[in-house]
Amino acid sequence: MKKQTIRIIAAGLVIGAVAVALTAAGNPGNMGFCIACFLRDIAGALGLHRAEAVEYMRPEIAGLVLGSTIMALATRSFSARGGSSPVTRFVLGFFVMVGALMFLGCPLRMILRLGGGDLNALVGLAGFAGGIWVGTLCLKRGFTLKRTYILRRAEGAAFPAIMAALLLLLAAAPGLLLFSAKGPGSMHAAVLLSLLGGLVVGALAQRTRLCTVGGIRDAILLRDFNLLAGGAAIFAAVLIGNLILGKFKLGFSGQPVAHTDGLWNFLGMALVGWASVLLGGCPLRQLILAGEGNGDSAIAVIGMTAGAAMCHNFKLASSADGPTANGKIAVLIGFAVVAVIAACNLSRAPARAGAAKSAANQ
Amino acid sequence: MAQTADLDARGLSCPEPVLMVQRAVAAGDPARLTVLVDNICAVENITRFAEHTGRKAAAVQDGDEYTLTLTK
Repeated sequence: MKKQTIRIIAAGLVIGAVAVALTAAGNPGNMGFCIACFLRDIAGALGLHRAEAVEYMRPEIAGLVLGSTIMALATRSFSARGGSSPVTRFVLGFFVMVGALMFLGCPLRMILRLGGGDLNALVGLAGFAGGIWVGTLCLKRGFTLKRTYILRRAEGAAFPAIMAALLLLLAAAPGLLLFSAKGPGSMHAAVLLSLLGGLVVGALAQRTRLCTVGGIRDAILLRDFNLLAGGAAIFAAVLIGNLILGKFKLGFSGQPVAHTDGLWNFLGMALVGWASVLLGGCPLRQLILAGEGNGDSAIAVIGMTAGAAMCHNFKLASSADGPTANGKIAVLIGFAVVAVIAACNLSRAPARAGAAKSAANQ
Repeated sequence: MAQTADLDARGLSCPEPVLMVQRAVAAGDPARLTVLVDNICAVENITRFAEHTGRKAAAVQDGDEYTLTLTK
């Protein structure tokens, strides 16, 4: 087995263990990490939506970004860049969130749910893989959001600085924030533990380029299973952890923060998969890239956060009772918007050998 | 350096650089292919692709950029 693969499997095992530990320490069930849910909670804490059950300044998010920043600086891979279709990325991030909150989880939480025995996540995984497959068809036809450009390091540091500011707000001025008294937002591990978990996972994900979308995408496109091994390792660690702690519960009904509507679990994650391929990575990967200076990914994260706020303001987000009518319409609109974005960004002639010599001079 | 590379994948996000290489290989199966990239993720992806397809890949770093040379 190659060194890279061993490294990503080891990282996946640690990430899975951290996720189980955070759940045991107080996070909601099967939600050691969930980029979608946590960005939604942060939007609630800031008052961008007023769904009282999902308001909390999740330290894991800042930890993930800053863990990536620290690792990128330590390994000299911090690189400020941006300018690759930022508004389009905002829109894609927005609809990633619409799909994720239809399913009730990002792809990482989908793996955590699977490891907890939630079979609804298996339906979500099928949709996710289907969406990624559609995304790979777009890539094969030359889909591109065009090149990024090197920017000043201060620009690359801006998003990590915003994350540090959110942490400061939580520590120094919590009275400005909103906190859930009940519901998933009220369930959380201790602040320092959450932050530490985020920092560790952020650093590992930066070092290994772990990406849940990339795993399936690369397997389809390139028969490259390196990233997929990382996702499988997370699943294995979570499964073992839940079995040890007696939290494994196989079935569809009665799962924590989940619903049983198979069609919309499938479609929600299909939207997440497709839009994430066009973004170049899953929600976790967008946070990690933003941490290492990528402004385009920072815009995608801001799009996801705005999407989360609108999902609750417009009643698009599902609950344990199931999806909403508004949410179903929003997911269908999401497919239409992503299709238009895909169609508008196809290269007329995918680059071939030698063709890029001229591009090099642009 | 840029003018002498067969492929310029600088600034492109993953997996576009490795897909450019895949297309170039499919189009002409060149004995030698040089690719310009500007992030380590692309270097790793292209190196893995080269190994999977029976090629050798060597990377030379120049500041933020890397020139990868793939040979059969």
